[in-house]
Amino acid sequence: MLESFQIIISLLDSTIRIATPLIFCAMAGIFSERSGIIDIGLEGKMLLSAFVAATATFLTGSPIFGLFAAILMSCSASLIHGFACITNKGDQVISGLAINILASGLTITLGIALFSRGGQTPPLASEQRFMPIDFPFLDQLSFVPVFGELFVEVISGHNILVYLSVLAVFFTYYVIFKTRFGLRLRAVGEKPEAVDTAGISVIKMRYQSILIAGMLCGLAGAYLSIAHGAGFGREMSAGKGYIALAAMIFGKWNPIPTLFACLLFGFLEALGVRLEGVELIWIGEVPVQVMQALPYVLTVVLLAGFIGKARAPGAIGVPYSKEG
Amino acid sequence: MKNSENKGGNEAIASLPPSTESAIELKNITKRFGHVIANSDVNLKVSTGTIHGIVGENGAGKSTLMNILFGLYKPDSGMIFLNGQAVDVNSPEKSIALGIGMVHQHFMLVPTFTVLENAMLGNEGSMLLRSGEEVVLDRLKDLSNNYGLDVDFEAIISDTPVGMQQRVEILKALNRGAKILILDEPTGVLTPQETIGLFDILRSLREQGVTIILITHKLKEIMSITDTVSVMRGGKVVADFSTEKTSPEELAENMVGRKVLLSIKKPTLKVGKPVLEVKNVSHESKDGVLVLKNISFDLKEGEILGIAGVAGNGQSELLDILSGIETLQRGQITVNDKTILPFQDWNSKKAREFGVAHVPEDRHKRGLVLPFHNYENSILGYHRNEDYSSGFLMDKRKILNFVDDLVENFDVRPRSSSISSGKLSGGNQQKLVLAREIESNPNILLVGQPTRGVDIGAIERIYEDLMKLKSKGTAILLVSVELDEIMSLSDRIVVMNQGTIVGETNSSNATELDLGKMMSGLEQV
Repeated sequence: MLESFQIIISLLDSTIRIATPLIFCAMAGIFSERSGIIDIGLEGKMLLSAFVAATATFLTGSPIFGLFAAILMSCSASLIHGFACITNKGDQVISGLAINILASGLTITLGIALFSRGGQTPPLASEQRFMPIDFPFLDQLSFVPVFGELFVEVISGHNILVYLSVLAVFFTYYVIFKTRFGLRLRAVGEKPEAVDTAGISVIKMRYQSILIAGMLCGLAGAYLSIAHGAGFGREMSAGKGYIALAAMIFGKWNPIPTLFACLLFGFLEALGVRLEGVELIWIGEVPVQVMQALPYVLTVVLLAGFIGKARAPGAIGVPYSKEG
Repeated sequence: MKNSENKGGNEAIASLPPSTESAIELKNITKRFGHVIANSDVNLKVSTGTIHGIVGENGAGKSTLMNILFGLYKPDSGMIFLNGQAVDVNSPEKSIALGIGMVHQHFMLVPTFTVLENAMLGNEGSMLLRSGEEVVLDRLKDLSNNYGLDVDFEAIISDTPVGMQQRVEILKALNRGAKILILDEPTGVLTPQETIGLFDILRSLREQGVTIILITHKLKEIMSITDTVSVMRGGKVVADFSTEKTSPEELAENMVGRKVLLSIKKPTLKVGKPVLEVKNVSHESKDGVLVLKNISFDLKEGEILGIAGVAGNGQSELLDILSGIETLQRGQITVNDKTILPFQDWNSKKAREFGVAHVPEDRHKRGLVLPFHNYENSILGYHRNEDYSSGFLMDKRKILNFVDDLVENFDVRPRSSSISSGKLSGGNQQKLVLAREIESNPNILLVGQPTRGVDIGAIERIYEDLMKLKSKGTAILLVSVELDEIMSLSDRIVVMNQGTIVGETNSSNATELDLGKMMSGLEQV
């Protein structure tokens, strides 16, 4: 009994660690896609900013500096995306894919050129990373049964970016549903003509949205390389950007359900790691690939029937042009 | 009165003392799209607190002119004066700030938003929605009460009827402080009753000093509500009238540039035996909505049966089923004594074999392949016909012979077999589609919106062709949202509302008011 409780606690703990970059990315996706811009480049932006975060932190010794460099990098990638598909009305999927391919190649090439470590950046010392924060009164709380342990092991003891990701969810919710900016952002993704004829610039709204998406994506990248990890490794985003996209669709472009989708996918991955090589009753040993594929399979299955129709923003993927 | 006077050039105009009574004055506006001149040297003057109509055929440049006034398009040359002041309207933002509001032909509303959210968009009252909503709601409720703009602020736009959506658009403009209101074809989607309601609103706005520009192609509306009217043709304003001193005939003549017959001579003809019988047909859309409920009617030889109704009340689905585009789900159709049962093999190829021809409602989507040449489009759907092919190869010479006759006999302009159909005007595209279907010698013709986006001149011709076909004994099913068209062409009229037939009447004793009531579902007959 006690042992299985321990297992659950540690599963939940790693769920949160795994879900953090998903949450940042999914919120970024919500900002972008709610304004009508498909953001398949989440993956690439995250990878680029992870690399830049690690490099900048290694060079300056300051993770804060690395964080800002990551955000800057991610926003620049967003601007490239915007220039291609807002200003020049290009295809948003193609542009996003281009960013992903660029990120994959560029980070490795630059990594080898700068550090000659096969694409990796040098490992960072712990003072160069965002380290776990312990909450006060831990000792007193740890005596409280169940809840105390949950608090000490699961809620407390993460780095600052983990807590920031939860804030990001509420930030996203508040901005999108409670502010004037959010009303216009949603309108621009549903029916840009309505926004244009109301005297608001569609182009400006969309650029603002993808810049916010860029910032959130930068946080995800920084989390990977200078908070959760201690340096950049090649392809370290490992498809998380796509999972985040799936979570966003799963959550129907709404921040709160999307948060839970991210946690669910995080949990599945944690479970997958945990079950690696473990014999299950009736089933036997489950190949690790099956567990890795689960989030995608789950998305397809659930979207196909169980959660009802996921309705994308009305004007998503369609470049806006006035005259015809 | 206008053209010769305004040739003085912009400097001369600027030095004139500002006239106090004209709310809007456009001088020498020219706008080109590529090689097409949409507006050429247009002059327009509208007095404060009046309703000014602009009539003209499609492509006459009405909408372009208004989009220039609203700041959506930039004119290549010309000047705009508001209350005597020269202004530079280069964006909707600017024009809204100057007090111009526009209700577009296709509503600019966000379908997933509430009425309130749509009405406040652009003038939300505050950075935060909750405090802004309180401010805006008070203002909107006042406006709504003052002008009879009855709306449900909580409703989601996509659930509201088009009449309400239009009122939301007007509210939206007033919320921005519009003193000049432009309405582009506002009555196209309304029932007669809703149109009367709209005109009441417009009159009360005029009383409060709002200047209104009404763009329409319906001459009756111009006569009933406007104070003054301008006629546009070929990108120019060709005439200005005071409404009480003109007549629909005079307006039509100016629109087309020649005399037009507005009335139709119906051939007197005895109707024959029924050729199309529809029994208890019901249909569920892909979203699971029951769009047709127990539809039954029949159509006889030499008869035109008109189906009236506001767009989106099941007429399109009915046409789709009868023409074989959609599968029949429930009920039974008998075409020329052949019976079609639910989920039986029924498609548009078969429909043609059974003698059913179809002029689709949306000629761009279903009537033509726009980039195709006229000669290709002229045999679309009949390409299997041995007349046009030898073996599995198309016989281009035969097709060209056929299409040359076709464009000649049906007056498709330009008379070219090799121009791509997308380059034809709406009226000529429609003539081409109609010609193709008539040439197949059908004994049942399904016609959807035959004159949507078609010029008066071409309408005259299309009506003539339909009458000719009728006198040959072909049964015609006419679906149209234009009540005038239904009433003047049909022998019998059925009215559809929310997927059911709510009434049937002979066209000789039908009145617009009665039909309107049935169309809005107020009255069952």
